[in-house]
This record gives sequence, structure tokens and C-alpha cells, in this order.
Amino acid sequence: MSKSHVKLVCGLMALVLGMFGFGFALVPIYNSLCKSLGINGKVYYQAGSYDESTAKNDEREIIVEFVATSNSSLPWVFYPKMNKIVIHPGKIAKLAFYAENQSNFPMTVQAIPSITPGIAAKYLKKTECFCFTQQTLNGHEAMDMPLLFHLDPELPANVKTITLSYTLYDVTDRYKATQ
Amino acid sequence: MSQVITHDSEHDDHGPEQGKGFIGFAKRWLFTTNHKDIGTLYLFLALISFFVAGSMALVIRAELFQPGHLFVDPNFFNQMTTMHGLIMLFGVVMPAFTGMANWQIPLMIGAPDMALPRLNNWSFWLLPFAFTLLGSTMFHSGGGPNFGWTMYAPLSTKFAPPSTDFMIFAVHMMGISSIMGSINIIATILNMRAPGMTLMKMPMFVWTWLITAFLLIAIMPVLAGAVTMMLADRHFGTSFFEAAGGGDPILFQHVFWFFGHPEVYVLVLPAFGVISEIIPTFSRKPLFGYHFMVYATVSIAILSFVVWVHHMFTTGVPLGAELFFMYTTMLISVPTGIKVFNWVSTMFKGSMTFETPMLFAVAFVFLFTIGGFTGLMLALVPADYQYQDTYFVVGHFHYVLVPGVIFALQAATYYWLPKWTGHMYNERLGKWHFWLSVISVNLTFFPMHFLGLAGMPRRIPDYALQFANFNMVASIGAFMFGFSQLLFLYNIIATIRHGKKVDDQVWEGAHGLEWTLPSPPPYHSFTTPPVIQ
Amino acid sequence: MLNRFRASRCVVALTAMLLSQMATAATDNWQLNMYKGVTPLSHDMYELHMIAMIICCIIGAAVFGVMIYSLIHHRKSKGHVPASFHDNTRLEIVWSIIPFLILVGLAIPATKVLIRMDDTAESDVTIKVIGSQWKWQYQYLDQGISYFSNLATPYAQIQNQEKKGQWYLLEVDKPLVLPVNRKIRFLVTSNDVIHSWWVPELGVKRDAIPGFMHEAWARIEKPGVYRGQCAELCGINHGFMPIVVQAVSDEEFNQWVSAQTKVADQYKADQNNAVVQAAMTHDELMTSGKAKYEQICIACHKVDGKGMPPTFPALKGSSIAVGKPISRHIALILQGVPGTAMQAYKDQLTDAEIAAIATYERNAWGNNTGDVVQPADVAAVRKGDIQQPKMVNKAQAGGLE
Repeated sequence: MSKSHVKLVCGLMALVLGMFGFGFALVPIYNSLCKSLGINGKVYYQAGSYDESTAKNDEREIIVEFVATSNSSLPWVFYPKMNKIVIHPGKIAKLAFYAENQSNFPMTVQAIPSITPGIAAKYLKKTECFCFTQQTLNGHEAMDMPLLFHLDPELPANVKTITLSYTLYDVTDRYKATQ
Repeated sequence: MSQVITHDSEHDDHGPEQGKGFIGFAKRWLFTTNHKDIGTLYLFLALISFFVAGSMALVIRAELFQPGHLFVDPNFFNQMTTMHGLIMLFGVVMPAFTGMANWQIPLMIGAPDMALPRLNNWSFWLLPFAFTLLGSTMFHSGGGPNFGWTMYAPLSTKFAPPSTDFMIFAVHMMGISSIMGSINIIATILNMRAPGMTLMKMPMFVWTWLITAFLLIAIMPVLAGAVTMMLADRHFGTSFFEAAGGGDPILFQHVFWFFGHPEVYVLVLPAFGVISEIIPTFSRKPLFGYHFMVYATVSIAILSFVVWVHHMFTTGVPLGAELFFMYTTMLISVPTGIKVFNWVSTMFKGSMTFETPMLFAVAFVFLFTIGGFTGLMLALVPADYQYQDTYFVVGHFHYVLVPGVIFALQAATYYWLPKWTGHMYNERLGKWHFWLSVISVNLTFFPMHFLGLAGMPRRIPDYALQFANFNMVASIGAFMFGFSQLLFLYNIIATIRHGKKVDDQVWEGAHGLEWTLPSPPPYHSFTTPPVIQ
Repeated sequence: MLNRFRASRCVVALTAMLLSQMATAATDNWQLNMYKGVTPLSHDMYELHMIAMIICCIIGAAVFGVMIYSLIHHRKSKGHVPASFHDNTRLEIVWSIIPFLILVGLAIPATKVLIRMDDTAESDVTIKVIGSQWKWQYQYLDQGISYFSNLATPYAQIQNQEKKGQWYLLEVDKPLVLPVNRKIRFLVTSNDVIHSWWVPELGVKRDAIPGFMHEAWARIEKPGVYRGQCAELCGINHGFMPIVVQAVSDEEFNQWVSAQTKVADQYKADQNNAVVQAAMTHDELMTSGKAKYEQICIACHKVDGKGMPPTFPALKGSSIAVGKPISRHIALILQGVPGTAMQAYKDQLTDAEIAAIATYERNAWGNNTGDVVQPADVAAVRKGDIQQPKMVNKAQAGGLE
């Protein structure tokens, strides 16, 4: 009397498993969408070389501000040595962030960047950044961490101010686990 | 099933004898594969959970009765809001509609039972264990989950109490139950309709459940993924939702709401189905625009997958996303509006009587529509900046859920209980229940819109003095509503035990296969399929 | 029964009309409508809200009107015979298209305002707002000012032991001071979980997400005090971290800025502070310690010091609060416990405040150590950790690990 349910049920189970996989697939989908659309203020890492002289002349003056945040429990001092600069798209900018480990023992940190407005993230190209890797300092050591970047001349016209913010996180445990 | 016993159709619906006394009783209810029994089990689970989660709501409203710390401290308050949400959604609404699906779908399509009866039993029996696990979290050290039913990371990962892992397991169990149940429902509806019942001849309740079941299959696995990622972040060193490891807390919101938005349509579509059954019966007129009702329901289901970011407008999503999701969210009001217009058109030029099911159904149309209007207001992003995470949102979703979904559930109970038990409920008590509920529900939730507009955020245990007046009104309404539900409970129990006997038809204007069966229907009905005109 | 139906519908309709009449909403105890606010964006949001509400009221009146008419006239008790029509395709299409057009009409102003909200260029003042559990920190990036803003309502008021002040739960120790008629840019982030910075009258709400920075802007058109609250569940004291913005004229703002203690280099702590700290008496320490404890520590460690283990340890009878060395106790308050909810309070509390809290914790709830912690003791622990750092050249660049 009733049709066999096997085919339908198998099909539905496949859909269930597919959606479960889709849930996990959302993670790389999210990351790659953010990267390709240049949204979410995430800066994608580029350690290529860049020749300034190849850039076309762009007269615009864009203000780039630098902001540093470290979790209050992190016994580090962390700040940009310059608060803001004015640059032309295409030209290389270079500055340093000061970091000091005020504790008595070695610690490893990771700086996580965030750019606002979000659409500007795609156009801020870094050639050298301390955020590319984890940084380790022994107790009571300090360093100036470099940042080299330029703005792509494709930067939309309505963006006049960009804020580049770094948040410093303690990854000592994670780092130790990989040693 | 090892025992096959024949009954005649007048046999009381106590099912087959499984042995005498307590052992017989336990064996029947533990091992039943009968859709009527399993439906009953789901409904009783939902009824109990309704009062558990309802008491939590009363704890919340008691604390919010006046400013200042009155009864519970903020951490317990946060646990109450979290558990109230989780239990109402997963323990009341979803099991209740699943119970109604179990009872009604085979009867409405002329099938002898569900497609996969043993799976049906297992789908139900997962739930008491899941809810025991969930309830137990309140007694673990560190307390139960206290981060809202929306479980945003990192509050729910790095900063959450140890019992969170048990909550995650409970959610997995509930999800599996829903998925299994949905597979069963789809197989039943697609494969077991009586000959002659084409898809476009099915009752609306069956249609809405078919669509709901597909929604559930699509979204529950995504929720499972989200809470698994939470578990991984908590214990396995991953950083899905933590910036420090390259992750993003907003990713959690995306994955959660990709589940969460269709989930609210899972809650409401069967309610739409119920209303589409009740209004034609008591208007003595066929449902207006059956085809468009089906298309509208399908459109709502499809659109529900592309609106989820409207829960996240203030999180800093880019302009393009805000515009896209604003437009899609606004668009969902079109098919929903069609449904409301069709219900009104069904009533128009009908010949209405106002028994209790009809009272609840009419109140649904008024009050759910109000909830829908505030939903449209919330869709407008700039205005949403002032509404988001305030009591305006709390007012909105309680309007669609309480005088919306809960009223539909209660309407359905009054409507079908005579068929299920063979006894009529007490109409006087039903009317008292209705009027007390409808007045108190407005007293409770309407002022919340004002509170949100005046600046009161959500999920706070204490508030500034200017919010005191409306909070007091809301709390009074809440207690009135809570106690009115005892009338409902009493009515159900009294009906089962000693209500007046009813005939097959029960309601003068009712049409459908279930009304061709005796009240109560035999333990095994439609063992030979009926003939459909 | 019918009259009650009609009555309740009338009440709703009347309320809706009342709302649409209210051009301005007073900050009163029966406030019904949204704030019009004092910024261009808050005005826009208000107007959009009103347009949407009025349209909904009109549609509602039409639909409910038809329904009410039916409920009255199309009843069996009135002898009405049911019609048999049950579809009308043309009607369905009409009432799909008309709402769609209304939606387009609503979407246009909404889109315009949304685009306006996205404009964050060329601001005059930039404020970095950092949410943490459970307070806000404000940093004026160009002026070099940085401070925390905590709830100022006394614990006794929350516990109903004292009469509540007018601004109960909406008052802070240090408000955010801003100039009027200047474009202010807010950069919002979080230290721990997701919070949300919301001031209704400024039309600003921005989620504070750890590791990410998002911006919002406002141009305040009228001087005054504007209050808001955290708008995203962030733990126990989510309801107890308000926001107070004080908008003043340009001159007052500049005066205020110059009167603030600057962080010499805005991120560098003052390392060689040789200020001599006056000694405090036992009673002074216990009184102010209790007050500070109730303001800051009580959410987690609780009024009786029993905490909520394992997440929030007990202080009553704890080896930290009862045992030696006392410098360990002080260090914990200064530096926090990384990886837990215990923050470092070195930047949030003065030596005197920490000394008072430590003294209170060491003597309350039967701990009774008799210890007295002086501000100078705290300063010593602070300084003891500060050494002149050794500059190294270790920074690595290159690809992401």
C-alpha cells in the first residue's frame, strides 16, 4: 500500500549531512567573502614587494590614523609611535609600534588588525607588518615593531580617513604548545 | 510490536493491552509506535514545559516589577532569561506542533500511521533526556547558561560557565529529534496520502508542516554546527569565534542566525496552518485563496533564508549588506500580508460563530498582525538602530509568539481535543481563559514597545526610574496571563477525564478527513485508505 | 463580547493616533515615543520611525476595519448566510502589488538615511570607546586623555536600602565630555565580550566587538546631558554599565580638556611617579574600601565575599586575602589574572583606592587579619614591576604563521 520510503529518507538524510557540512563550510566561505569583497575591516596579509615608482600619481591626501588596544590584563605597553599620517595613495608609509613586555617572563603576543571604514581594508596593502606573525619578548624587553604599507590608488573617492587599529592578544600558551 | 490485537471502533482509546497495571502502562508509553500515542506524549511534554518556562518568565517579571534588587541576583536572572527562551522554543512550541503533526497528519491525509513509526518513538523519547540535561545545568556549580538563548560568542565560549557544554549536548539531542521527526513527516506526506489526495487538495495544516519539515532539515544541522564550533572553541583550542586566533565573533552570529531566522518561521508556519483550518470551519466558508496561501507559505520559507542579517544591523556589517537584508526583510511582509488578507476574506461574508477556538483564531489575526507591523518597523535599518536590543524587540517577538503562536496552539487544542478524546471541553471555562488571556497578553507586551522607544535595553535585571511604570504594568499583566493558563490546564484534564461525549463531526462547519472518523478515532484508523472526491 | 472586542481595538487605534500626534517625547515616566534626539541622524531615525508607524496604522485600520465589520455583521446569530466564493486571482495580485509599492515607498527614505549614516570622514573629535566587563573606557586620541567611566549609583540604592536618586542606574563617575556642533567620530571596540555603546538621543548605537574596531558619528546640536546604556548582553552587570555624555560649548570643552591629567604619551603609564602618598587610617581605608568593593568587585566576588566558584573565587577565607605576602594580594588587583574575568585594575584605580579595597578584603567577612594596606605599599608593588626595558630588535615580519 505505501511506497517504500527508503529512497526519500536516504535523500533527506543526505540533505541533513549536507547542511551540517554547509554549517562548517560557512567558516571558510565567510573568510573568503570578507577577503574578496574587502569588507569586515580585515586586512589580508601580503608580504609581496612593492615598487613605489610604478604607482601612478595620486594627489589625494588621505589621513591614516593608528590606534592600539591591549587587553587590560596583558602586562605589555603597546602604542604607535605616530598617531596619524597624511599620505598619497601609491606612496609607501613606514612607521613603528612600540611594544614592551613589562612582566618578568617571556611572553608571545599576536596583534590583530582591524580597519575602519570596512571598505578601505582591501586597499590598504602591507608589505611588512608585525601583525603577520606572533611576536615574542623576554621579560622587561621592548622593541619597535615595523609597519610598511601603501594605499592602493583604487581607493574609493569617498574615503578620506582610515583608521588602522591593532588589538594585542596574549598567545603565550598557544605558542608554547607549538614549540 | 509483538502484540497485534483487533479492536472495534467504539473501543475507548486506551490502546492495546500491554499487560496489567503499572508495567503495562509503562510498556505502552515507552514502546508505542502509534502516531496518536506519540502525539499525546509530545503534547504532554509541551504542556509541562509551558508551565516550567512560564514560571521562569514570572521570575523575570517579578524581578522587573520594580527597580532595585528584589528577589534574584543578576546572574540568576540571566539564567532565567536564557532558559525561558530555550525551553519555550525547543520545549514548548516545537514539541507541541510536532505532537499535533503526529496526531493530525495521518488523519488528515487518510494514512494509517506515520511513515517510520519506530523512528517516531525515538524522536520523542530523545526529548525528555535532552530537557533533563538542559534543566540539570541550573544545578551545576557556576550555574546554568546565562548568555541568552542566542548564545553569542565569546560570552558563551570563553566567559561561560562549565555547564555550557551540557547545554550544547542538550541542543544536539533536540536537534536530532527535530530532524528525525521532520524526515518522518516529509516521508508520510509525500508517500502516504490516500489515493486522490493530490498535493493541492491537502489541508493547509499539512502543507505548512510539509514546508516546516523541509526548513527544519535545512537549518537544524547548521545549529548543530554552530554549537559544535562553540564546543571546539571552548575545549579543543580552535578560534572560530575568537579574534586572537584569527576568528571572528560575528561569524557566530552569522551561523547562528542563518539557523535562527528560518527557525522563527518553523515556529510560526504550523500556527498559520492551524488558523487556516479553524477560520473556515467557524466561518462556514472555504478558505479563501487556497493556492495563494500555499504559494505564500512557500515564498515565506524561501525568503526566510535570506534575511538573517537583520538581527545584526548594528554589528558593523557593510552598507551593501545592510541594504540587501533590509530589502529582503521588508519583502517578507508581502506574502505574510497575503495570508492575513486571505484569512480576513474567509471571514468576510461568512456565517461566523465564536466558540473558543474561533476566539483564539480571531485574536491571532489581530495580534499577530500587530507583531508583523512592528517587524516591518524593525526591518528599516536606521530606525532599527534605536530599536535593536531594546524592549521594542522583546515586544515585537512576544506579540508574534504569544498572541501569535501560543494562541494558535491553544486554539488548535480546543479545536481538536474533542476529536482526540471524544469529550467536549467546558466552553464557559474556555471563554474565561480566552478573555483573561487576551487582555493580560496585551497588558504584558504592549507597554514593552514604549519601554524600548524610551530607551530600555533588553536582558537587564534592573532599570532606571523612568521605566518603572510600564514595567509594573507588564509584570501585573504577566502574572494575570500566567495564572489564566491554569484554566487551560484544568480544562484539558477535566475534558480528558469526564467531558461530555461528542459525535464524529464535532463542529458544524468542519471539513476534512479527520471529521469522518469517530471521536475518539480508533487506535488504528484508515487501515484501508478512504476515497477522496 | 463583541463590544469588548471593539473596545480593545479602539484602544489600540487611539494609542496609535496618540503616538502619531506626539511630535516631541518628554523624558517622563510614561514616555510613549522614540526620542527625537539632538543630532541629524537621530532626527532622521525618528522621522523614519514615524513614517513607518503611520503607514502601519493606516494599513492596520483598513484591515482591522474590514475584519471588525465582518465580525459584527457576518455572524450566524444575525442570520447571515455564508457566501461560497473562495478565490479571486485578480484580487490576490492587487493586494500583492499594492503592499510591494508601499514597501518601495518606505525603502527609499530608509536607504537615504542609511547612506548618510555611513559617512564618517573629516571629523573634528575622535573618541575611542572600549567596552569591558562592566564599564566603558574613553580615549580622546588627539587630546591624549584616557579614563574609565563606571556606574556611580551606590550599591545601597540597588539593594533598596536607600532612596534611589533621580538618575538611578544612569549616572557615572566620569562622563564623556564632547563639544557641540562638531562632528564627533566614535571608534568602538571591546576588551572582552561583545558590548554595545548606545545613546538614544545621539542616535548612536555601535556594537563593541573584541578584536575589531567599528566607527559611528554624531554631530550634537544642543548642549545637555544625554544618557544611554550598554545594549548587548555582556554578563552579570550588563544592566549596570551606563553611558553619560555631557555636551558643552567649545570653550567649556577646551577648558575641560586642559584640566584633565594627560597621559604624557597616551599609552605610556607614568613610571617614575615619586608622589608621596599620605597614610590613611584603618577606618578611612575600611569605609572607602567597602564603597569601592561594592562598586567594582561585588558583581563577581559577591557582597559576602563568597564569590561563585569555580568561575569567581571566594575571597572570604581565601589564601590570597588572608595569607602572606600582602604584595601578592596587591599584585593580583593591579595586574589581574590573564585569561579570566579578573581584570588588571592598575589603570583604573589609584593607589589609595587599591589600598582601601585590599584592606577591606583582608578584614571583612571574618577574614580579620588586622592588616592595613597603605597607598605607599601599593605604589611600591606598582613600581617594583616597572623596570627600564631592554630594547631589542626581534620583530618579525613576513607571511602569516
